Amino acid sequence: MIIKRNKMLALLLAMMLMMSIVAGCGGQAEEEQPAADTATIPVGINVELSGAVASYGSNARDGAVLAIEEINAAGGVLGQQLEALERDCKSTADEALSVSAALAGENIVAQIGPLTSGNVAGSTPIMMENKIPLIAPAATAANVTVDEKTGETREYIFRVCFIDPFQGTLMAQFAADNLQAKTAAIYADTSSDYGKGLAEYFKETFTEKGGTIVAEEGFVSGDRDFNATLTKIRGTNPDFIYVPGYYQEVAPLIKQARELGITAPMGGGDGWDSPDMVSVAGGDALNSTYFTNHYSSQDTDPKVVAFVEAFKSKYNKEPDAFAALGYDCVQLLVQAIKDANSAEPVKITEALASITDFEGVTGKMTIDEQHNPVKAGVIIEFKDGVQTVNTRIQP
Amino acid sequence: MQEKKNKSWLSFLLEVIVLVALFTLVQYALTVGLINQSYQINLVTMCINIILAVSLNLINGFTGQLSLGHAGFMAVGAYVSVILTNFMEMPFIIGILGGCIAAGIAGFIIGVPTLRLKGDYLAIATLAFGEIIRVVLQNIDYVNGPAGIVGITKLTSWPWLYWTAIITILVIVNLMNSSYGRAIISIREDEVASELMGINTTKYKVLAFIIGAMFAGLAGVMYAHYFYIIKPDTFSFLRSFDMVVMVVLGGLGSTTGAVIAAIFITFLTFGLQKYAAMRMVIYSLILIIVMIYRPQGLMGSKELSRKTFSRIWSGKK
Repeated sequence: MIIKRNKMLALLLAMMLMMSIVAGCGGQAEEEQPAADTATIPVGINVELSGAVASYGSNARDGAVLAIEEINAAGGVLGQQLEALERDCKSTADEALSVSAALAGENIVAQIGPLTSGNVAGSTPIMMENKIPLIAPAATAANVTVDEKTGETREYIFRVCFIDPFQGTLMAQFAADNLQAKTAAIYADTSSDYGKGLAEYFKETFTEKGGTIVAEEGFVSGDRDFNATLTKIRGTNPDFIYVPGYYQEVAPLIKQARELGITAPMGGGDGWDSPDMVSVAGGDALNSTYFTNHYSSQDTDPKVVAFVEAFKSKYNKEPDAFAALGYDCVQLLVQAIKDANSAEPVKITEALASITDFEGVTGKMTIDEQHNPVKAGVIIEFKDGVQTVNTRIQP
Repeated sequence: MQEKKNKSWLSFLLEVIVLVALFTLVQYALTVGLINQSYQINLVTMCINIILAVSLNLINGFTGQLSLGHAGFMAVGAYVSVILTNFMEMPFIIGILGGCIAAGIAGFIIGVPTLRLKGDYLAIATLAFGEIIRVVLQNIDYVNGPAGIVGITKLTSWPWLYWTAIITILVIVNLMNSSYGRAIISIREDEVASELMGINTTKYKVLAFIIGAMFAGLAGVMYAHYFYIIKPDTFSFLRSFDMVVMVVLGGLGSTTGAVIAAIFITFLTFGLQKYAAMRMVIYSLILIIVMIYRPQGLMGSKELSRKTFSRIWSGKK
């Protein structure tokens, strides 16, 4: 009797699961309706909402959704409303491809995201095949928009952030000129292309400026104990320590460095930008640490102030750079739709490629022939756990 | 006797016809464009998941050795084949064979020392080896380190996928029906007892491990030549866990179960795509509910075979 009941339950459950799949597919078919009669302009948002970099993805999503709502409230573009189709790519390249294909089937005019360079690369073939533009908020690797084998620009791939080399160069400029550092140690995340790229260009610019690199060490994603290497670095007594990496490792790293009595200023890239930095490392440890970023919520530029206010009132939290970049992706897309006077993906692509002096939250940008924006960067300093703008550096 | 032989020939023929018919049907649907791009991708993912689940089931389900390093073998297959096809410009078949053999060798190297361990210790050791493969790849500049290889030529097609998945299933089903298979199952049931019966347990465990690793390598080859980019992070332990989930969900020791679970997980992930942030929550809940009501997995250790069908046909229970 018990066995029978279990079997019934199993059958019921199996049916329920099948229903949920069918329901999922059914929902998609329904959504194609509004796209077909072009009452709205569907925009795909394919970002990391779960997995390793979910924090970046969800912030960029929030920014993009805010921009879409503001535009719709102001009457939309070309008399049409934008429709956001949010999807999660699980922080993997294959899922990014699968999601892009599903979105292409829903007739999106452009895709915002994913965030990391690898996931954008995953999504790239589908976008190229379907001739739909992809605007990446934060993919900073050089080969995202340019095919390294042929040297050709990828026609449908754009981004609103500056590339890796620029961040390393920027921090080296800042360390040598503003902090008067003569010697520097590099302690980079060697498990990511991001960490390696920043370290390489930092080294290049810093030595060009007459500085010496006294130590080059590496950690890998997932490391928790940095004491041994930090002790080694302490022995070389550098004026500045460059730590390009992501906040998960950098926050405990800085905490341990300060506990070891290392007082030298430390610097990094936009991978540091997370509220977790302060909650893990603590405000004291973070004093005299700097990182390069695309934008700061403390900026007094009226455009930034308006964005920060709108974001805070909607989500009740401070917008980070990813939110601002997500917001700019949508604004850039809208500008392109207006310039093209059409919501055809191919025409939008042409307009995107020729955008000049677009005023975004993250600065004035011009898209160059490699589909990279030419724009300024900010140096952010942690002061007792609060991010403050130290200076703005022009390339 | 003669009649029985005829009958088995007939059902063999029937099987071949069903397999070819299924293949032709999908191939036809693909050529006339009945299957859209996003279903095509899921079809690919499904076949790859089937190969992975069925091969991991050989190690985890039939041999009873909990391995958590399957993604590592997948990585070896993927990288070696891409080096062969893209860097050295050899034909795809060489890439496939090279990938499988390399993964098999990796399986042997890892299997010999670790299979002396049991239970939790083996799980930890295989998990560690899988991660070692990933970290080693991250530090080889020839394959671009952590950035991975971008722009891999797309060579995986439906015929390759379909027939490799079928071959995987056939090899493992036939292996389990042979004397090797019985020896392997005896190890799972009681290692000491089977050793007493004169079975060289280490040999069979390593053998199962190598075959499982080779097919994981095959899945890696197929994956790399479809998804355009491979990087070490693609093959993290999270992917190994996905495979273990499939095997446990299908039922440890059931090839049918592994196939069903692979199909189920692929389409569940796809079906939940539009729920964005809530997706993983719903996904996990569904898995938990299934495991509560079917702790032995969807199929338990049962198999679907000709016999099952003929039994249903003749109405016997």
